[in-house]
Amino acid sequence: MNARRLPGFNSATIRFSFDGRSLEGRQGDTIASALLANNFAIIGRSFKYHRPRGIFGSWSEEPNAIVDVTIDGKTTPNLRATTERLVDGMEVRSVNSAPSAARDRSALLDRFARFLPAGFYYKTFILPDWHLFEPRIRAMAGLGRVDPTNEPAADCAVFHQSCDLLVIGAGPAGLAAACAAADAGRKVMLVDERAEAGGTLGWCDVEIDGMGGADWGQLQLSRLRAAGHQVLLNSTAFGTYDHDLVSVWQRRETGGDALWQLRPGEIILAAGAIERPLVFADNDRPGVMLAEAALFYLRQHGILVGSEIVLATNNDRSLLVARALRDAGATVTIADLRQGARIEGVGWHGGIEHVLVNGRKIAADCLLVSGGYTPSVHLFCQAKGKLRLDETIAAFVPDNAVNRTMSPMRIVGAANGEMDIDAAIASGFSAGGGKGKAPAVTEGIQRYHVGAAWPEPGGKTRAWIDLQNDVTLKDVELAARENFRSVEHLKRYTTLGMATDQGKTSNMNGLAAMAAITGRGIAETGTTTYRPPFVPVPFTVIAGRRRGELMNPVRRLTLENEHKAAGAVFREYGGWLRPAHYGAQFGIEDWAEAIQAEALRARQTVGILDGSPLGKIEVMGPLASALMDFNSYQTISTLKPGRIRYGFMLTEAGVIYDDGVVSKVSDEHFIVSCSSGHVQGVYMRLEEWRQDQFDPDQVYIHNSTPQWATLTATGPASRELVAGLGLGIDLDDPALPHMSFREGQFAGAAARVARVSFTGDRSYEVSVPQSMAAALLSAMREGAAKLGGCLLGSEALLLLRAEKGYIIAGKDTDGTTMPHDLGITGPRDKRQNEYVGKRSLFTENAMREGRLQAVGLTVDAGKAALPTGAHLIETVSGKHRSAGFVTSSYWSPVLGRPIALALVENGLSRLGQSVELYHLGKSKTARISPVCAFDPEGKRLNG
Amino acid sequence: MQIFTCPFCGPRDETEFHFGAEAGKVRPEPAETISAEDWSQYLYSKANPKGSTREIWVHTTCGEFFAMERDTVSHEVTASDSLRRETKRVKK
Repeated sequence: MNARRLPGFNSATIRFSFDGRSLEGRQGDTIASALLANNFAIIGRSFKYHRPRGIFGSWSEEPNAIVDVTIDGKTTPNLRATTERLVDGMEVRSVNSAPSAARDRSALLDRFARFLPAGFYYKTFILPDWHLFEPRIRAMAGLGRVDPTNEPAADCAVFHQSCDLLVIGAGPAGLAAACAAADAGRKVMLVDERAEAGGTLGWCDVEIDGMGGADWGQLQLSRLRAAGHQVLLNSTAFGTYDHDLVSVWQRRETGGDALWQLRPGEIILAAGAIERPLVFADNDRPGVMLAEAALFYLRQHGILVGSEIVLATNNDRSLLVARALRDAGATVTIADLRQGARIEGVGWHGGIEHVLVNGRKIAADCLLVSGGYTPSVHLFCQAKGKLRLDETIAAFVPDNAVNRTMSPMRIVGAANGEMDIDAAIASGFSAGGGKGKAPAVTEGIQRYHVGAAWPEPGGKTRAWIDLQNDVTLKDVELAARENFRSVEHLKRYTTLGMATDQGKTSNMNGLAAMAAITGRGIAETGTTTYRPPFVPVPFTVIAGRRRGELMNPVRRLTLENEHKAAGAVFREYGGWLRPAHYGAQFGIEDWAEAIQAEALRARQTVGILDGSPLGKIEVMGPLASALMDFNSYQTISTLKPGRIRYGFMLTEAGVIYDDGVVSKVSDEHFIVSCSSGHVQGVYMRLEEWRQDQFDPDQVYIHNSTPQWATLTATGPASRELVAGLGLGIDLDDPALPHMSFREGQFAGAAARVARVSFTGDRSYEVSVPQSMAAALLSAMREGAAKLGGCLLGSEALLLLRAEKGYIIAGKDTDGTTMPHDLGITGPRDKRQNEYVGKRSLFTENAMREGRLQAVGLTVDAGKAALPTGAHLIETVSGKHRSAGFVTSSYWSPVLGRPIALALVENGLSRLGQSVELYHLGKSKTARISPVCAFDPEGKRLNG
Repeated sequence: MQIFTCPFCGPRDETEFHFGAEAGKVRPEPAETISAEDWSQYLYSKANPKGSTREIWVHTTCGEFFAMERDTVSHEVTASDSLRRETKRVKK
């Protein structure tokens, strides 16, 4: 190859490097054009055989030129050199090659090519165990290297927009369509992948309406912009989705790329066509290039790709290319396949030396190929459009007669098989609703005639179908022999058409080869399914700003700052950021010690816990008590006003969904206090049953959780602490017994005090409006200080409740646990009326032996706490099996020994039995005990 | 991304909606009279038709359950109806 930049192309110089060599490119270059201008024939190694490869195409069809790019020390892998703009200081590295593309250590792999057919890895490494081979193979496979330090900012904007008409592709047909529609008064959006509008007008010599094609294109573009229509360049429409959504990736030089989610009233697809390669021996050699790509590099970048060029073609469009290259000073020999020319091989030694045509060596440094053009129908097919084979242009074209599922999409120009520029413009003009005369092509029409040149199976040498995946014609033959004859099977067996180029240059030849081998027609063989995206789109673009907390915001307590000031260490619990512990209050740094100290202090005096995330869902109305009964396992309606009941909510499958307490305010008003992580779920479930089973005008649900801050005082001194708050409530036990609540006032605001306990100690939950939260905390801390109390983090609370055997739904229960598995059978045995999940409690499965039941586990004195997740092991006829597992495990400071909760098969009838546990290779023993390890008589509730 | 129409709030992104159930499914009760087969049908069996279907969806942002008719092949949404107009069994 003797590629060189012609004189007269004088834009500013850009410095970059390739495989460590410093090079110069020009403003406006892509990485590919800059490498060509520096005469780099070899720019990478092939995926499987490590064959040297060069630049083959000019845009997103490129199969070979994949590079890793480093800018400012951050590397992005596997970019296509043909579509990536050259930036000053860019470090470009070839992929799949070491140390460089030109000198690659693994190149000898190609010598073993005949031992590496399609399916080779599946067949060879399956025995004795794939995993023995995997590390080595993985190290050799793949292309670019991921840079773990490159974490792009979440700065990609997402724009949602609608328009009357979206035109995809700003080539001659697209421009004609957009302008015609704009003239007809419609709101038009025009998008194009390239930096400049005009498409092929940028490199083909035509005259439209008496002016140069490129100038005509610029004129149309400025007309559109002047009339206020939106034109997005550097923007790829990469997918059509349900309900008329078209997604567009816009590359922006600053401020991050953007994703446009467009909902057009109508779509005109003018995506053009992609040139096909020819299939012959050694057609993958660097220096073999698509014919129109050579014209593109000449006109757009001033690069002549060779001096002695052979142009192998089956169509007349190549005549345009030959003329232009000759004018630029190259000698061009045309080998026209329609006139009997056969390309029999390529003489290559570091570069092309000759081309073998019909047995004759023609000296050449570059071989251009054209096997005809394939219309870019991807977006049409994604929208469920159907194709038909058009024999006259040897390609699939949209079958417009077939109904699609999206709003009107019309396909114009080369994408519709209209390969002549005047026909393309006329069809765009008409689709855009143009009235009168379409723009006229006054010079430079090259009529498109093509003679099909499909792969001819049966050859002895290797001829490439898919350059990117190293799939040869022999691989297609093998697939056919092994009965992978459907194109979908062919694709998956050989990987033909996969990866970054998605077979833009290879699919048509691949299916034509399969058609020839199987004797089926091309139409009958069909295409694989077209799926978005049309080009590789960065995940950063699809994610936009929805990352981290913007994707999944953590919920924060009103008192977060106060907790922080008190030395809280925060963790996330069910979506809420809550204090895990306050080590600082005891001057303890070790988190485990801090938790022990808090838990012990709360048992001795009083602890203050922020329980604000606890659910407070109000159920009101004449049917409120009926809904509450239906929703709950336990009957709720029999409560007296002012009293509280603990209960479960089951799924219809009978499984415990959540537990919590319900306060009855009046016969028509209940407050459901569910667990913090289930508030939204319980609210939606209540809504669902309310609307499904009840008259929604007779019962209403309001989630007041965010309006109230709840601070809980727990421990023997809690009554004294709450008494000091001056709430105006009689706190004597007969007036406010356990499981009751009263309403009072705190500093002039409403306050509610509920006596419920999640620790087993006397406890008071004090709820006030969020605006009073800070004042309440401060008053409670003052009281606690006098009483020797402390702040209590979530970790200590989890410990305290485990000492009592109080479960956490979803932690100490799993997706099979029913109430009777916890020994709570009253409602199941006695309730006559319907409740959610009732029928499921009486199925064969619900009543079978061997259900997992909640129990405690006790270890011998001096032994360490059991690991959470450890399995109980039983041996049945010589085989080990799991008979349950540890769900919660702590060291109890008040008991001075470890405690644990577990789900164990038949656990409730096995109390006292010794069991063996197993965890990460270690065996332990424990004894099954009741769930409640501390104060089983419950004296401390009133202590 | 599909567009669904809440009968109360109008057309919105599909991400605002959750599927509820296939329409027409009636909760079998009282439990004592329901065979295990019928209960299992209610819990787990779906018609899952190819083509036109009527389903209950909830618009999570307003909390309203409603009936939607759509095509499971083309994904075309043909109707969104409020359930407030339909006769409702009232539990006492």
